[in-house]
Amino acid sequence: MVRSNLHHLTSPLIDNNPITLQMMGICSALAVTTALDTALTMGLALMAVLAAASTAISLIRRHLPVSIRLVVQITIIASLVIVADQFLRAYAFEISQRLSVFVGLIVTNCIILARAESFAMRNPVWPSLLDGLGNGLGYGLILMLVATVRELLGSGSLFGLPVLPLAAEGGWFQPLNFMLLAPSAFFIIGLLAWAIRAHRPEQVEANQFPILSTGKGDRT
Amino acid sequence: MADLSPISLWRRFLALPNDNRVKTLGVAFLVALVSATAVSVTSVLLKPRQQAHIDAARESSLAAMIATLPGLADILRETGAETLDTLIIDLDTGLIATGADAAGFDFLAAQTDPAQSTSLLPEDDIAGIGRRPNFAPVYLLRGTDGLALVVLPIYGTGYQSTIRAYLALKGDLNTIAALSIYEQGETPGLGSRITDPAWQALWSGKEAANASGEIMITVVRGTAATASEVDGITGATRTSTGVANLVRFWLGPDGFGPFLTWLKTGDL
Repeated sequence: MVRSNLHHLTSPLIDNNPITLQMMGICSALAVTTALDTALTMGLALMAVLAAASTAISLIRRHLPVSIRLVVQITIIASLVIVADQFLRAYAFEISQRLSVFVGLIVTNCIILARAESFAMRNPVWPSLLDGLGNGLGYGLILMLVATVRELLGSGSLFGLPVLPLAAEGGWFQPLNFMLLAPSAFFIIGLLAWAIRAHRPEQVEANQFPILSTGKGDRT
Repeated sequence: MADLSPISLWRRFLALPNDNRVKTLGVAFLVALVSATAVSVTSVLLKPRQQAHIDAARESSLAAMIATLPGLADILRETGAETLDTLIIDLDTGLIATGADAAGFDFLAAQTDPAQSTSLLPEDDIAGIGRRPNFAPVYLLRGTDGLALVVLPIYGTGYQSTIRAYLALKGDLNTIAALSIYEQGETPGLGSRITDPAWQALWSGKEAANASGEIMITVVRGTAATASEVDGITGATRTSTGVANLVRFWLGPDGFGPFLTWLKTGDL
């Protein structure tokens, strides 16, 4: 029983990762991963909100009328996001200025509502908490990986500390400005998803839209 | 006879079927109550810490603006002045407020306190602030050859938030030396581009008023043509117009206009 509960925590890390398998939360993953410190803050904020939201929703799941289910879930999530945002403004002001709207937009992050609907509504409190933490960790893990690549290649630093000597300051490294633009995160997330699926073929989805064979060349 | 003790009422409420109307309303109300309490308590408890950060950001913005103005560091060195002089001005008369303590004056609190502010007529209120404080701080820098710089704290409504900025005027009290916006909540990526240093730099060297003293400074679509026009930001017309309006308001008769007129007569 303990083992199966822990499974809720560990499976979202790679096997059932919200970003690379379920392809959710991509928007914020593009926006906040130009530097490691913002990615870490965003990952922690999302994990805190997700764990608290899953716990709260699981706690009242038996008394939640179906007709107002989504409204109640969003109310809880939105309040938690405001609380998280207030904490960041008070204790990490500079980073919260750089994250700008993206902490507030956690409320629209589909990972949270998906976990609330598909897991917390149907499971007891403890597994829901673990599931929330696990999905938050899985999200944060991918964010950190993407941010490591982008900050290292885009600014030659990690956590703001210079690692590669920049050409502008007499070193040899010419930073890739492309890494600081949003499309680069698409490529990195795509490559990550590819690498994970190559290693674990069971994650590959069935081809829903196969290209029809054209028969014997009569459609030229 | 029904049992009316709170515990048994609560039990009966929980025992109601989930699609019952009373239960639906009750659950909605309770969730809203708990959520609102959590948000309010956090917001109130953390307010002092957040305000301290905002104040620090404001001071560093003033210092950064001074640092970017050419020649200002030299003036500071020549005169041996460490920082700017702070004066508290009575905005109605434009004179230095007697008995005001510059260090203890809370400009932010004065902006909304009915006892320390005056209500504006809607047609005068182009900055959209509703009430104007009776007193305001100004910062002066004197060089060896007279007044070098006047820094005015200004604020007003943009598209969806209050924009706060410092406006620095050169010694002629007409040429804008710099505009530095340090607090705003405009649409990220559009209106928030008013914090872009490149856009704020467009204000440097512009003339606030024409030869007859009429305030001319404005934000235009496309490319600025005259010495009193600043390029607007594409996609943020209302925000950039809002910035122009708040600059016009604070230079005008309800803002620092009387003070600037008095300062021009020259006996400070």
